[in-house]
Amino acid sequence: MVEDVVRLKLPVSEELAIQKNVITGEKGPGKRICVITGTHGDELEGQYVAWQLARILEEKKAELSGSVEIYPSLNPMGISTIYRGLPGFDLDMNRIFPGSENGSMYEYVARKIVDDIQGADLAVDIHASNIFLREIPQIRINELTADKLVPMASHMNMDLIWVHSAATVLESTLAWSLNSIGTPCLVVEMGVGMRLTKEYGDRLTRGILATMTKMGMLPEYKGTIHQPIISHDGNVGYINANQSGIFMPEAKHAQYLKKGQLVGVIADPLTGEIREELRSPNYGLLFTLREYPVTLAGSLIARVLEV
Amino acid sequence: MEKKTIFTFSALPYRQKIPVDGYYFGGQAKSLAIVGSTRGDEYQQIFVCGLLIQALKKLEEAGDFVNDAGVVVIPSASQFSMNVGKRFWPMDNTDINRMFPGYDQGETTQRLANSIFEEVRSYENGIQLASFYLPGEFVPHVRYMNTGYHKSDDGMAFGLQYLMTREPAPIDTTTLNYNWQVFGSNAFSIYAKSTDRIDPKAARRVVAAILRYMRYKGMLKAELKLPAGRETVMIDGADLRKKLSGAGGFVHFNLKVGDYVDEGTVVGQIFDPFTAECLEELKSPCSGQIFYVRSEQVAVAEHELMFSVTPIEQVVVI
Repeated sequence: MVEDVVRLKLPVSEELAIQKNVITGEKGPGKRICVITGTHGDELEGQYVAWQLARILEEKKAELSGSVEIYPSLNPMGISTIYRGLPGFDLDMNRIFPGSENGSMYEYVARKIVDDIQGADLAVDIHASNIFLREIPQIRINELTADKLVPMASHMNMDLIWVHSAATVLESTLAWSLNSIGTPCLVVEMGVGMRLTKEYGDRLTRGILATMTKMGMLPEYKGTIHQPIISHDGNVGYINANQSGIFMPEAKHAQYLKKGQLVGVIADPLTGEIREELRSPNYGLLFTLREYPVTLAGSLIARVLEV
Repeated sequence: MEKKTIFTFSALPYRQKIPVDGYYFGGQAKSLAIVGSTRGDEYQQIFVCGLLIQALKKLEEAGDFVNDAGVVVIPSASQFSMNVGKRFWPMDNTDINRMFPGYDQGETTQRLANSIFEEVRSYENGIQLASFYLPGEFVPHVRYMNTGYHKSDDGMAFGLQYLMTREPAPIDTTTLNYNWQVFGSNAFSIYAKSTDRIDPKAARRVVAAILRYMRYKGMLKAELKLPAGRETVMIDGADLRKKLSGAGGFVHFNLKVGDYVDEGTVVGQIFDPFTAECLEELKSPCSGQIFYVRSEQVAVAEHELMFSVTPIEQVVVI
């Protein structure tokens, strides 16, 4: 059943509506899981997962205990206009949580979203990197919530769980806001902005179903679940460009690299020169790789997980 | 005056190199750093710096700096955005003023923020010419965040009408003002009325305010004759009375920022775009002065901040 989370009037003949699909199991009461995506209008990988989950769970309703709530688009204006942030507001929606009842429109919307999800037994917030970087399927967890969330994340069929350090600015995210009020929230990052990667979407869909089984919402899960690598910041090597130009990759995403192996070059199409060679800082897994070719000095090119 | 390039941003091969320059005045002491535009629509902030650079040059030539006081003015770090009409960094829409203290090995805007911060962090006083995250105009005022690091209420010395304080949100911890304070500077933000429109009168008032502050802090001769400031009212941001829209439509304001109102005074109307019928009268929630007006946008949605009022018991209509 499609329900409104919040609905507000826009200037001219339209309403802004944040909606969710509530799928209630027919096997009786049970836990509640929220699957959320579309905070950033250019991240579309979660659209596939939302669609698949809605289809599969409608078919499995008779076996389902509890409820699943799917929020496919927290930022419908952004998705409909190919815009990462909040159109007209020009802020990153994932920096205004938990919002405010008395704040301006999107702060109010953020508050309503948090209120709506609050109390769920698990929330899964699906992101898709951005248009610049491609990511392997992973879950990112703030070190302050690692003890509670890492076990919950381990059944999600991801390649990597990255436990990252706490930063005050991240307290403005949806995940932080939910975790701080006792609603466990896992942040998924996978794929690349403005694209769908069906393989990754299928992986996560199976992972959510497997996790629901662990939570007692579905009968036994019969598929195979990938065991993730669990990593901390200290194991991650960064490669940033020091020159502007066009990035030409040499290495392949999700491959293992040797220390010093060429990841790619920054090319100058005007002169034909190579402005910079970018090499792996360690032996490890190339889990992040730049997808968008134009680079500026400082642009993130790759992240390598030391193994 | 000495002009030095603090950071050169290179976006070769398709855009030419962009210098971020500082204008240095007075002596060797690191007394005051002023940062203008960090966003591509902050034209008024650059204009204020331009007028200030003119004034400081004349004061320096006249020998009015004292106590070896040294001042740097950095008018803009936003040329890459401004030259293509974007508020934020055009490549990834990041906000330089959400990247402090910066990181020299990080992303582009982190590196830019780091270069600016390394230059200004050791100054005893810091002023950022800031803009609000919503479009609109303010009564010119000074503000700082209650970070726990702020040294004093020297903000009264600017002689602007309001000194506003507020509690920082998590998102504020990456602003220049917050990090200045954390690293020990006496830091203020000044809102010079407008952002993407030049208001010469307001800009001159802000320049005079900065010079008054410098005189008060012993950077300029005590006997220097400057335009008189006005009594400053200290206000907590939480005490501002806000008016949110209760309808979506087009908005027209009858009154402007700085006007005085009674409780119930109609400040503006939201009307139906197609029939021009009034959907909502935007009435002041209290008597006071209009502190902020969302005056730069015709189309508004429901639950948007329309204006805010500083509460005043007895209204004197000017």
